[in-house]
Amino acid sequence: MPEQKLTGAQIVIKALKDQGVDIIFGYPGGAVLPIYDALFQQNDLKHILVRHEQAAVHAAEGYARSTGKVGCVLVTSGPGATNAVTGLLDALCDSIPIVCLSGQVPTHLIGNDAFQEADTTGITRPCTKHNYLVKDVNNLARTLHEAFYVARTGRPGPVVVDLPKDVQFAEGTYVPPTEVKHKTYRPQVKPELSRVEEAIELIASAKRPILYTGGGVVNSGPMAAKLLTQFAKLTGIPVTSTLMGLGAFAASEPQWLGMLGMHGTYEANLAMHGCDVMINIGARFDDRVTGKLSEFAPGSKKIHVDIDPSSINKNVAVDIPIVGDCAHVLEDMIRLWKARQKQLDKAALKTWWAQIDAWRGRNCLNYHRTEAVIKPQYALERLREALKGKDHYITTEVGQHQMWAAQFLPFDQPNRWLTSGGLGTMGYGLPAAIGAQLAHPGAIVVDVSGEASFLMNMQEIGTAVQYRAPVKIFILNNKYMGMVRQWQELLHGSRYSESYSEALPDFVRLAEAWGCVGLRAETVADVDKVIEQMLAVTDRPVIVDIIVDPKENCFPMIPGGKAHNEILLGPEDSPSDATPEDGMVLV
Amino acid sequence: MEEKIEKHTIAVLVDNEPGVLARVIGLFSGRGYNIESLTVAEVDNTGHTSRITLVTSGTRMIVEQIKAQLDRLVPVHKVRDLTDDGPRVERELALIKVAGTGDKRIEALRLADIYKANVVDATLSSFIFELTGTTDHVEEFIALMSQLGMVETSRTGVLAMSKGAAGF
Repeated sequence: MPEQKLTGAQIVIKALKDQGVDIIFGYPGGAVLPIYDALFQQNDLKHILVRHEQAAVHAAEGYARSTGKVGCVLVTSGPGATNAVTGLLDALCDSIPIVCLSGQVPTHLIGNDAFQEADTTGITRPCTKHNYLVKDVNNLARTLHEAFYVARTGRPGPVVVDLPKDVQFAEGTYVPPTEVKHKTYRPQVKPELSRVEEAIELIASAKRPILYTGGGVVNSGPMAAKLLTQFAKLTGIPVTSTLMGLGAFAASEPQWLGMLGMHGTYEANLAMHGCDVMINIGARFDDRVTGKLSEFAPGSKKIHVDIDPSSINKNVAVDIPIVGDCAHVLEDMIRLWKARQKQLDKAALKTWWAQIDAWRGRNCLNYHRTEAVIKPQYALERLREALKGKDHYITTEVGQHQMWAAQFLPFDQPNRWLTSGGLGTMGYGLPAAIGAQLAHPGAIVVDVSGEASFLMNMQEIGTAVQYRAPVKIFILNNKYMGMVRQWQELLHGSRYSESYSEALPDFVRLAEAWGCVGLRAETVADVDKVIEQMLAVTDRPVIVDIIVDPKENCFPMIPGGKAHNEILLGPEDSPSDATPEDGMVLV
Repeated sequence: MEEKIEKHTIAVLVDNEPGVLARVIGLFSGRGYNIESLTVAEVDNTGHTSRITLVTSGTRMIVEQIKAQLDRLVPVHKVRDLTDDGPRVERELALIKVAGTGDKRIEALRLADIYKANVVDATLSSFIFELTGTTDHVEEFIALMSQLGMVETSRTGVLAMSKGAAGF
């Protein structure tokens, strides 16, 4: 068969189809016109026109996180690529597989400061897992397949492929994905068995064990979550998780302690502090989790399972490092645990659970319930009730509302909770919700938002309207950048410098201006009614403006530079010297 | 608990592709690691691989982290800690220009002979010496030349290889 010649733009479309891409999020411009022309001439690949390139990446993240597939983005050169940078770094921090195609000026103009030229590979090098500049059309197909391989294998992440315009026009040969094997990149997925054996022995000797799980379990796939549950039940070990790992272990399970870390539950943090064996599965000892490093889980032996060897011994020195994919490692752990007929010391485990139950008894998520004003926690509790039993996905923006959502909304499955953890990107939630909604048209997708975060990418309402994505934007409106305000109150003498949300729009009329449904709750009595109305809308976006207590703070809280056992449970717990001098500099 | 700072020589085999050196250097600057020296050249012109030799320092935890971070870069084939691997040969090449006349010039030439430096350029008022040796050897010679009219130096940085029959 003679080799068929295709243009670069056609090769791009063919490669994306062969990689199983069905939706691509993008924004056209001069340097990607040939690809947009090729998109126009086919019907398999659906393009979603966003309103800003940052949102294209977040939408692709929402798509990827909710499906387990690679999210795909197409942007033009120069400002198209630089606008995408925040999204790319967000995906890198949270290990979300993304392939972002960017247009570039023609090869002969590269380096000439041409119109809309940017050194895209240079700019995105530190905020991607890998990137490519394709200068020869005959390398294009291979490079694209490699990009997908790199994005989804090992610790997933974003990959940029920069495509000069002349390469998009040039004719070349297509190669299918099956013929592409990466020269160097072979992440280790199967663990060293001897390490797993050591881990099993250590776990079996534990008196106060804890499973500390993270986003790695979610990234590994649904099987990892099943195996985690199986292992936890087999051993009876309590389970906590990072923000990124929520849903991998069902919140409805009695062994679930809630999220850990800065705004984690009292029982999860105290159990971490008091454990004798910590089993970290797919988490990375992030500073939001460890608090003061020198007092992090003192006296504990630590097992760390991670697919990325550079995550091991980075912040915290561990006793048993295991490099591998969570599902593979858990499978081996379960097999060995059964084969060796291991069992935990029952009496010790009982004492441990009694201690944990005593911590649970503090009821750390309690808040001052009142009829006078809507508490944000109350609104989320009502949302939780309304969503019970319904197929739903939650995205968030960043701030107090995000932490409350993590505390108050239960997740029983992985891939249902989409939030910007590592980078903490305000403006993530709405585009991510659109991405998740387009991947799951029949499901309810709620963006739990704050009024300030929403403003950061609210132009994406246009995208949601255009594609009839009935996302629910659930704004907990406290008229402040709430988390900034909270830190200013606790650490900066209540000097609320620039954290007031001045000149807010009328969100109901804003929704109406876009042809969406706008709803508002101003009293406690309104909340249920508004949620019911919100969920009844299935053909267009809804913006819900919940007017909440502007002074409410998010507790529990471990102040910066403090240890897990120095957790504050509420306002009465926060003396003015809550944070030491050296903790002040921490973010 | 003050941890000891260790100096390590690390060899990295990479695909010789555009941007690979920027990835390595960006890793060091972005994460605040030290680079004491770094050399790179293609070592296989059919397979297009380059070998980077770098000398860095840090606590044991940092050095381990540096190696893990290097290994995680997509175009990296292999990372070897030559310091941990045992006995090794380390060499640097230096070009040293010394200008002057009279006694200092004669003394420079005499010392060059002792240090086994070659004269690769000579004028009536200058020499360029070429010296190969360990970093200490090169530095000793430079210290001497600095008092004898040294006007310019250029050094390759450290190249290194493990001793014995085993290959990289």
